[in-house]
Amino acid sequence: MTLRTVVRRLVAAAITLLVTVALNFYLLRVVPADPVATMTRGRKVTAAKRDEMRERFGLDESTVVQFWKYLRELARGNLGYSFQTGQPVTSEIWDRVPATLSLVGISTVLAATLGIWLGARSGWKPNGWFDRLATSGSMFFYSTSDAFFGLVLLYVFTQKLQWFPTGGIIDPRSDNTGIMKLFEQLHHMTLPATVLTIGYVGGYSLVMRASMIETSREDFLQLARAKGAREEEVRRRHAFRNALLPSIALIALNVGFVLGGAIVVETLFTWPGLGLAFSRALGANDYPMLQGLFLVSSFAVIVANLIADVAYTRFDPRVEIA
Amino acid sequence: MTAAERHDTAPVPEIRSARSVRRERRRRSRREFAAEYRRQRAGVIGLVILVVFIALALLAPVIADYDDTLATETVDNPERQPPSGEYLLGTDDKGRPIIALLVWGARTSLTIGLVAAFLSIVIGAAVGISSGYFGGWPDTVLSRLEEAFLVIPQIPLAIVMVSVMGRDLRTIILVIAITSWAGSARLIRAQTLTVKTRMYVERARALGASRWHVITRHVLPNVMPIIIANLTLTVPIAILTEATLSFLGIGPFGGVSWGKTLELARSANAVRLGNWWFFLPVGLIITTVVLSFTMVGNALDRVLNPKLRER
Repeated sequence: MTLRTVVRRLVAAAITLLVTVALNFYLLRVVPADPVATMTRGRKVTAAKRDEMRERFGLDESTVVQFWKYLRELARGNLGYSFQTGQPVTSEIWDRVPATLSLVGISTVLAATLGIWLGARSGWKPNGWFDRLATSGSMFFYSTSDAFFGLVLLYVFTQKLQWFPTGGIIDPRSDNTGIMKLFEQLHHMTLPATVLTIGYVGGYSLVMRASMIETSREDFLQLARAKGAREEEVRRRHAFRNALLPSIALIALNVGFVLGGAIVVETLFTWPGLGLAFSRALGANDYPMLQGLFLVSSFAVIVANLIADVAYTRFDPRVEIA
Repeated sequence: MTAAERHDTAPVPEIRSARSVRRERRRRSRREFAAEYRRQRAGVIGLVILVVFIALALLAPVIADYDDTLATETVDNPERQPPSGEYLLGTDDKGRPIIALLVWGARTSLTIGLVAAFLSIVIGAAVGISSGYFGGWPDTVLSRLEEAFLVIPQIPLAIVMVSVMGRDLRTIILVIAITSWAGSARLIRAQTLTVKTRMYVERARALGASRWHVITRHVLPNVMPIIIANLTLTVPIAILTEATLSFLGIGPFGGVSWGKTLELARSANAVRLGNWWFFLPVGLIITTVVLSFTMVGNALDRVLNPKLRER
């Protein structure tokens, strides 16, 4: 791959980032509600204090000046202060990254592995019993709302069977340390991770299936057979490997969807990550926090796609980026 | 009887107007389409299910009283009743029959799904066709914009937009459309590019056809199959987005919808109190309708864009 294509991808990613920042900023500054009024709702606050808050959040200046200041602060890694806690948005977000990263990371690995396995088996013998079962299952769960699936799991596994805790990342009363603490966290993570995994398996399995069907018609498989390779070997070493790329690319494309799903799932299971912060900020009209969270999730998706694009051309020389 | 056969039997060929020829051709292609669609089993099943749900939405006043969806009107009803003969799907924490929430909610949710998908495809077609047909700098600008919207995560963007722009039905529909057009725009652009280079389009241009003529008479009919299939495939996205927004407490203001019923299950503590009828029926309905739209969309895609089948 040439340096030029890499530069071109970088420029495209930078433009996307700029669109996001601009969109984000203008959307939140044309707000109809007065953030200071919202923030001080139900409390006695003097007019002087209100003005001081406006000034602190920069709400008393013109939009253009605000945008310029916002960009400058952004470059310094300053995303403003949360209306809820008064703490810097950057640190509020930073504290919650590990929880979301572990939940989304584990779910993505599981969903991709399971989906690719299902899709590869289905696509090798399309319309067989396995394919029918796997494809209809994939379609069903792909069409289910994360919220609904989560509610069902909560009902079955925390109320009826009582196998899992209803929410949180750890029991506040527990005094587990070390490996036991890790087990306890995994115990809490099981249900939310299941929702995110099952919900996204379908995407991987359907793409892998299509790709496997396409690859199974390629001439080089016949060549491998003619050379005396066993069918199992043809499937695993030739067909599977060549069919894998689109599903791997899907991982990056899915980051955005999984983050969206994480908002619902973390809210439902009170998992203390970015998603829960998102819905709490929403409830409190905490615009700096919403802005920061939206920006961080967009940034994550843009970077993931950039990596995928570059990796794609590296692993598959047939692809020429337009 | 085709024109050729008629020619064999009748010594004097019938003089037919261009319009009647065109009408005949359209009728035949519609017949072929119907025959081809009927062969798509999943597509037919999906279509039947959708017709049933649309009928339920239209017949809402017959099935349940609108007042039953208003908490102020149901104070005398028993609360959190499990499904029984009297209340087929039980009642919620305010005594509202779940079935009333579902049939009246179907109106909101299906309206959001269909209208938002339509708007989304209109934006997608406008951007995709202009970008593909005009090329040059408009293409560069539009493609960058499209790419940005393809990458920016849909749900977080929709949340931020709704939280700022307000929660009335029209705003929510607009937000869903704005966050979902990019995928179709990309497909439509690609198809426009291939149509543009076809011989008859070049011939029309050489004969002095205006841009508008070429776009409406040649490009649009050729991208129509993609538009129709994508319209159908965008409805599920719109329905699920409504469900997500409502679940997070920023659903359409006033009235009932499937997403808001799902949210009710959470806010009314249905799980802890064992009130499974709060969320099971509505969740299954959302899944069924979303699945049906997907099956119909895939079937349409196979029939209208047959090249996909070879892939």
